[in-house]
Amino acid sequence: MADIRSNFVGIKSPNPFWLASAPPTDKAYNVERAYKAGWGGVVWKTLGEAGPPVVNVNGPRYGAVWGADRRLLGFNNIELITDRDLFVNLAEIKQVKRNWPDRALVVSLMVPCQEEAWKTILPLVEETEADGIELNFGCPHGMNERGMGSAVGQVPEYVEMVVRWCKSHTRMPVITKLTPNITDIRMPARAAHAGGTDAVSLINTINSITSVDLDNFAPEPTIDGRSTHGGYCGPAVKPIALNMVAEIARDPQTRGLPISGIGGITTWRDAAEFLALGAGTVQVCTAAMTYGFKVVAEMIEGLKNWMDENGHATLDDIIGRAVPNVTDWQYLNLNYVTKARINQDLCIKCGRCHIACEDTSHQAITAMVNGVRHFEVLEEECVGCNLCVNVCPVEDCITMVPLAAGEIDRRTGKVVSGDYANWTTHPNNPMKIAAE
Amino acid sequence: MAERRYEDGILAGRLSPEVYAQNFADLHPALDGHEARVEADRCYFCYDAPCMQACPTSIDIPLFIRQIATGNAIGAAKTIFDQNILGGMCARVCPTETLCEEACVREHAEGKPVQIGRLQRFATDEAMARGKQFYTRAAPTGKRIAVVGAGPAGLACAHRLAMHGHDVTIYEARPKSGGLNEYGIAAYKTPGGFAQAEVDYILSIGGIAVEHGKALGRDFTLAGLAQSHDAVFLAMGLSGVNALRAEGEEAEGVENAVDYISVLRQAEDLAELPVGRRVVVIGGGMTAIDVAVQARLLGAEEVTICYRRGKEHMNASEWEQELAASKGVTIRHWLSPRRVIVQSGRAAGIEMEYTAMVDGRLIGTGETLTLKADQIFKAIGQVFEPAALNGSADVIALENGRIRVDAEGRTSMPKVWAGGDCVLGGEDLTVSAVAQGRDAAESIHRTLTGEGGYIG
Repeated sequence: MADIRSNFVGIKSPNPFWLASAPPTDKAYNVERAYKAGWGGVVWKTLGEAGPPVVNVNGPRYGAVWGADRRLLGFNNIELITDRDLFVNLAEIKQVKRNWPDRALVVSLMVPCQEEAWKTILPLVEETEADGIELNFGCPHGMNERGMGSAVGQVPEYVEMVVRWCKSHTRMPVITKLTPNITDIRMPARAAHAGGTDAVSLINTINSITSVDLDNFAPEPTIDGRSTHGGYCGPAVKPIALNMVAEIARDPQTRGLPISGIGGITTWRDAAEFLALGAGTVQVCTAAMTYGFKVVAEMIEGLKNWMDENGHATLDDIIGRAVPNVTDWQYLNLNYVTKARINQDLCIKCGRCHIACEDTSHQAITAMVNGVRHFEVLEEECVGCNLCVNVCPVEDCITMVPLAAGEIDRRTGKVVSGDYANWTTHPNNPMKIAAE
Repeated sequence: MAERRYEDGILAGRLSPEVYAQNFADLHPALDGHEARVEADRCYFCYDAPCMQACPTSIDIPLFIRQIATGNAIGAAKTIFDQNILGGMCARVCPTETLCEEACVREHAEGKPVQIGRLQRFATDEAMARGKQFYTRAAPTGKRIAVVGAGPAGLACAHRLAMHGHDVTIYEARPKSGGLNEYGIAAYKTPGGFAQAEVDYILSIGGIAVEHGKALGRDFTLAGLAQSHDAVFLAMGLSGVNALRAEGEEAEGVENAVDYISVLRQAEDLAELPVGRRVVVIGGGMTAIDVAVQARLLGAEEVTICYRRGKEHMNASEWEQELAASKGVTIRHWLSPRRVIVQSGRAAGIEMEYTAMVDGRLIGTGETLTLKADQIFKAIGQVFEPAALNGSADVIALENGRIRVDAEGRTSMPKVWAGGDCVLGGEDLTVSAVAQGRDAAESIHRTLTGEGGYIG
């Protein structure tokens, strides 16, 4: 049986599935229920400085994007950091950690961008014997208007400065949580790295308006007729998160920096993909808020089962395995030629491949052959784009078949080369590197 | 009233009032909004969609389903009505399992087609419930057109002609409009007075007058109509019924299925409708199924359909056969009626002869079977009765006993078009009748005005 115990910057957990800092981790009651359900770790909902806590809106805090049958595809929120008293939270954290010594308990923090503020709160957290801290530089709504959250995360210099303060004022591991609301995720990651962070976690939520109430011309979620941009999360953001994780994982300046992956993780497979792109642990929120804490049971068993079936014994066997395969476009092999092939036994003759190709692509799929409804790829037109595969409702009905070296590409009339050749050496590239 | 389920004879009140209500409730309850959106999402929006090809009225099914999926049921209804103004009834009575839903690629893929009929009903119900009218009349043309028969073909034709600005008068022999929708379709397929609601919806466009109780050949002649109108559309359906050609056929208790269903459809109280304890239905089409199922639902203890050929030859779709079986009807094949057993002038049973196909011919084997029956329904096909027609005008060419028309619905007589069950080549389906009525209207319009075109 695969061993999925995790050791992330010295923080141990029985599995890599942590709950992200968010509403589900706001108090002892929820966190203990999560541990009982099997979650390996929890990042406690962000604490602010001592004093009167923040207040939340009293209207809707969440917006949603649904797929068929109201399946939640995307979710957003305008909730702020914890609105409970700092010392109530600290006391609960201490007790919960004592009750659950084998689970990871990391505390998320957000205080004003002044060294004194951080210096004040860090010992209080240390005293709880929590395993580490996560710096919330990501929250894109509300707190950023007060100079915190993403307002810090969007300025690499601030990120580096705050990380440095934290590293100098606590023995605890520091995880820096990054905002995706930025042009190049590598910049704040490099800054955090330069400040000495032990790890980064990403992505925080994305600025978003989920929909507009067309009866009232009010964005959702609507509070008394108005709204603000909330943080987008859930399955819809996973592709964005995967890319940002990969960008940091393959950046020479941050290579090897531990990453806790966040963004739309709903199943074991999502988690495995984050691990493959370099994440050491994953953090989950929307899936738990949609289905309850029990979803972790599927994630744990699914991950173990996949690892067993593929001979992966520990997490180290999979973490980062896909990183070397992420590259720049210019290094992709232009001699790799594929053609779509339609399995006629599986084809249900919906015609979606045809109309997609005919209207919007390369006119490479028939609709009618000899007067009969029949969908077949015209290899002399097919550029191998994969659109037909993606619109086909039948799994594996259309596949992309690579041409072997020596075969003729009927579109170009050229013989397929078995050699790797990319844009950097391509004759059409005005900047091409001269052949050796 | 005590239940009389196990009494012999043809009796009313076999069941309790609640059971009648339950038995004759909507066969397929309407989808609610969420169900409709989930079902609509199953549609693949196929290119050159096979469902649309299979629809006799060529409704743009993928488009209307997509409109439902996006919360635009009213737009979906317009897409449907553009092609088929009786889309509401067709949603209820079409044998979708042999038309659009059979062609659905999901039927091919997983044996579970998109429920096109129920989605169509969802959209059309919404538009009708909200009184949404999509069509207005074009400027008056001054042309007057007579339509004979207010069934699906006649109504579809009249509506399309009215849209084009013509003045239409429908002559209907029966006291109500709707044709088989009102008098022939099984009650559980169209409960709640839907047929009349649909007639009202169609006629509300204006420009259509209906004269009830006016039968061709009795109250007016075709020659007269043709003379007083710019065009005539014949859509009087089939009024004759095939004979059993079996001894004892005239005994009490032997009835035409279509007549019985017509009475049933007009019954104020189903408890007052007498039905046999043991019922035998002769035939293999939709009418046989409809009368058999309704006899069971009225409380008949045993209902047996006897068909002279095999299961694969039955005109009733497999789905209809299964429906009958699920309601407790027994279907027996390879049995042909030979003799009604009569006691004191009343049917007491029927003697059937086994049949077989020998060298491509259906023959009796000589072996017989006797079934007890106090009520026997003849459901062996309806025929066109040309007497009224031929006696009243120049002879219109018939073929195989029905009116011969060309591709546009023109008969051999000038100014006269025809459609629906009375013409040759139809499929005896509501939806085909609608298509023929609509297309004949377009042909009439083109002929009278020299304008082409289809609206929608």
